[in-house]
Amino acid sequence: MNRTDLLNELWEFQNKYGYIPNSAINEIAQSLKISTLEVKGVISFYHFFHSKPTGKYIIYLNNSIISELKGFQQIKAAFEKETGCTFNEYSQNSLFSLFETSCIGLNDQEPAALINFQPFTNLTVKKVKKIILDLKNGVNPKDISSNVISKIQYTPTIDKTVFFRDYKTGNALVNLNKKNRNEILEIISKAKLAGRGGAFFPTAKKWQYCKESTSEKKYIVCNADEGEPGTFKDKSLLNNMPGLIIEGMVIAAYATGAENGFIYLRAEYKYLLEKLKSTIKEFHQNGYLGNNICGIKNFSFNIEIQLGAGSYVCGEEKALIESLEGKRGEPRIQKHFPTESGYLGYSTVVNNVETFAKAARIIELGSNFITAIGTKNSKGTKLVSISGDVAKPGVYEIEWGTTVKQLLKLCEALSPYYIQISGPSGECINNTEFDRKICEEDLICGGSIMVFNRFRSVLQIQENFMKFFKTESCGVCTPCRAGNQILYEKVKKFKRGLCTQKDLDEIQEWGKIIKLSSRCGLGKSSPNSLIMAIDKFNDYFSLKISPASENNHIEFDMENAIQEYDSIINDTQF
Amino acid sequence: MKDISFNIDGRTCTAEKGLNLIEAAKQNGIFIPTLCHFKQQNPLGSCRVCTVKLNGRAIAGCTINIEEGMDIEVNTTELLDTRKAILEMMFVEGNHFCPSCEKSGDCQMQNLGYETGIRFTRFPHLFVERFIDAKSERIIINQNRCIKCKRCFEEVKTSDGYSVFNFINKGNKTIVSVDYEQEAKLSESQAEYAMNICPTGAILVKGKSLSKPFGSRTFDQGIKGKTIPFNKINKNSSNGQKKRVATTSLAGCFGCHMSMLDIDLGLLDLIEVVQFDKSPITDIKKFSKRCDIGIIEGGCSNTHNFEVLRAFRENCDILVSVGECAIWGGLPALRNTIPLEDCLKEAYLDSLTSEENETIIPNHEDIPKILNKVYSNHEIVKIDYHIPGCPPNSNHIWNVIKNILFEEEYAIAYPEFKYD
Repeated sequence: MNRTDLLNELWEFQNKYGYIPNSAINEIAQSLKISTLEVKGVISFYHFFHSKPTGKYIIYLNNSIISELKGFQQIKAAFEKETGCTFNEYSQNSLFSLFETSCIGLNDQEPAALINFQPFTNLTVKKVKKIILDLKNGVNPKDISSNVISKIQYTPTIDKTVFFRDYKTGNALVNLNKKNRNEILEIISKAKLAGRGGAFFPTAKKWQYCKESTSEKKYIVCNADEGEPGTFKDKSLLNNMPGLIIEGMVIAAYATGAENGFIYLRAEYKYLLEKLKSTIKEFHQNGYLGNNICGIKNFSFNIEIQLGAGSYVCGEEKALIESLEGKRGEPRIQKHFPTESGYLGYSTVVNNVETFAKAARIIELGSNFITAIGTKNSKGTKLVSISGDVAKPGVYEIEWGTTVKQLLKLCEALSPYYIQISGPSGECINNTEFDRKICEEDLICGGSIMVFNRFRSVLQIQENFMKFFKTESCGVCTPCRAGNQILYEKVKKFKRGLCTQKDLDEIQEWGKIIKLSSRCGLGKSSPNSLIMAIDKFNDYFSLKISPASENNHIEFDMENAIQEYDSIINDTQF
Repeated sequence: MKDISFNIDGRTCTAEKGLNLIEAAKQNGIFIPTLCHFKQQNPLGSCRVCTVKLNGRAIAGCTINIEEGMDIEVNTTELLDTRKAILEMMFVEGNHFCPSCEKSGDCQMQNLGYETGIRFTRFPHLFVERFIDAKSERIIINQNRCIKCKRCFEEVKTSDGYSVFNFINKGNKTIVSVDYEQEAKLSESQAEYAMNICPTGAILVKGKSLSKPFGSRTFDQGIKGKTIPFNKINKNSSNGQKKRVATTSLAGCFGCHMSMLDIDLGLLDLIEVVQFDKSPITDIKKFSKRCDIGIIEGGCSNTHNFEVLRAFRENCDILVSVGECAIWGGLPALRNTIPLEDCLKEAYLDSLTSEENETIIPNHEDIPKILNKVYSNHEIVKIDYHIPGCPPNSNHIWNVIKNILFEEEYAIAYPEFKYD
């Protein structure tokens, strides 16, 4: 067994026993010649791995902000009532185990849960009752699971649609043998393709680095670990046209000279695994994968699928690579680009699902088709996933340059007040900014758009976000691990009405420190939304703060401070 | 390898090409503090204390290899404050009770606290319950003190190449754990090596942790025989008007008051310029007049502490927190990670001296109520100055207070800075 197989090996035990028993840990450690603690370290990093026995049905209920607003608490209570179990605890119950989990890419159908990795969406108390009853009667979760197809709510006119147009296997690859590697890079570069995971690094440049690398082996990795809360656009591509993504990977492999590729699929999308596998098989049969692809001599490329195991930070490319290597998903230090030293030290290109799909379309349609759409810097279209207080949640293919206002109209937003662009790590905007355009020049968007109406609590949103970051931080660097926890405490203090202007200033200052000194993108962006919200929802926050106290006293909640003592005394004096 | 030149804070430096920045800076007489960087091991970039700016972009200094023409900022106001803030985060995230720590004086984190001049932390302490794992043959891991620097992962391996330490969990629940089986394979000196490279007191070796006496440890740095001077009072500075001083001990041990009395003969000078108001020293119970300065020992553990502190704020122009307990809870705050119910039961129901079958926790409307945790004073009122130490040295207290009262210059020297 190789270290790189560790995640797969752990999955095998997890699936077989419902947890990873000590005997398995010892066995794995022995065969890898590593200490058992190292294996335990990996298991405890990924929250879909359990080291204690679980029930036959493991239920993961999404606790993202949209879920929270659509009835998370009631659904949670319903699950607890029906199963007799408590969330996030290991019990003796042999049938059920309940856990909360971060966004599972079903924000348009919240509240949603995964039961043995089968999706259950738009949950109601009644539905929960029925599901649990069925499961108790031995029904296979797969047979009663929900349809997860996120509705594609909008595409531009056909001359401006890039992704969601007819797809035929191999369309992008048929003419590959007529172009050389430099020509491919040129076309991609001309179409200004930039990383669609949210960092928008020029794709052609990345591929160029890999092409020029003298690395003995090269790898193409498709990042299908779409973990940013509120994003589910990659899922719609994986579900609707997995072939397009693979074609993009083949093109990348051709341009860079890579022979092996991975699709790192988040475990939350495990139900798409079979589809991906069969697409890869189909590609092999058609000669689009394997040896001498498209009749190009010596061009061989193979793709393996690696299933993640529940970790937001693994969407960060340097953490993803660590995870691929069978380690804890701790992002590597920012010393080398993965194209210099990536998977196992070899040159590696990591791109988002949408980037590969777009690359395939660029080659298929030509760069002129793409450059005719969009703005000066952002060419083509962008997939965004819209959720929250809108009548039509789902996936939208929009032309770069579309204004927020247009978008809100399309999705029929209901008195929009607070919009979160690009997820919790992105930025928030208020209703004076609805004329802003979604494009590189103005408001860049990785894919998540969450709409909140004016009856939603900004503090509740921020509390959810900070809780998310404090749990999903990889835990390695101080500012992110401790800092996010400190900010979370501050938001809680706010909710209790104990904050003054000084606390607002402190959030801004502390947030800046966390952003400046964190090790990877997670910590560098985690305080963004909170800092911005304070700026942009000044009226809201100024109503939440207490006036500066006279006498130099600090706000103090005495009632809360003595409540515990009072109740102990009450309970013990007979 | 040939030498190349680069810039630190506008100064031209030279070093061997490719050398780690921390070492390169040191060779040029510039100190960049670090806690995870250790000798030549792979850069970890985990503690972030060495955060610098490279060509305008913030980055961990230990991950930089020097190249020709690099422009590096180290000691700008922003970076100095960032480093201090990161250290403060470490202090509030763990439970660092220096006065009861075996490593105190040999602790690199404590040393950096002194270096960067942390008197109190801007962040509230989190008081997360953390356990102490003493199950291993030799090594004890005290999670309260661990800063997750990863030094021990990289540096301590068994002779056959197995790692002994590793992370468990993620996010804010991340902890360093020890593999009992591998730990048993370590030699005595390997175990001690693990203890010595730990930048805090998180890794200890049973029976070996107190070999060096306190006071003569690496960072105690009291030059032998040299004591902190007692700065004489310039009698004219009071303008004939005596300054009014009030003092109190809240949840403290009176140790800081004892230390104040330790200025000995200085007391005779003192009474010529200072008049004590409410204070245990005078036994005056109520403020008789507005005071210039209030000196607070101890934190707030009960409702009475709270009221006294608020009264001090109302009656004093300047408030000074003296000692660890006043600044962040100190030793009484050891209870902050334990449920209040357990504390009260331990004290009144289950202790060796309590009556058998005792069920009553003493209470009466005249007895102050115990707060859910011990609060630092600056969580309750505005505190103007903080003097750390357990207790702070008597002359040091006096020198600082005198400076505040009579607005005189006083620079605090390194050996005066103490958390224990």
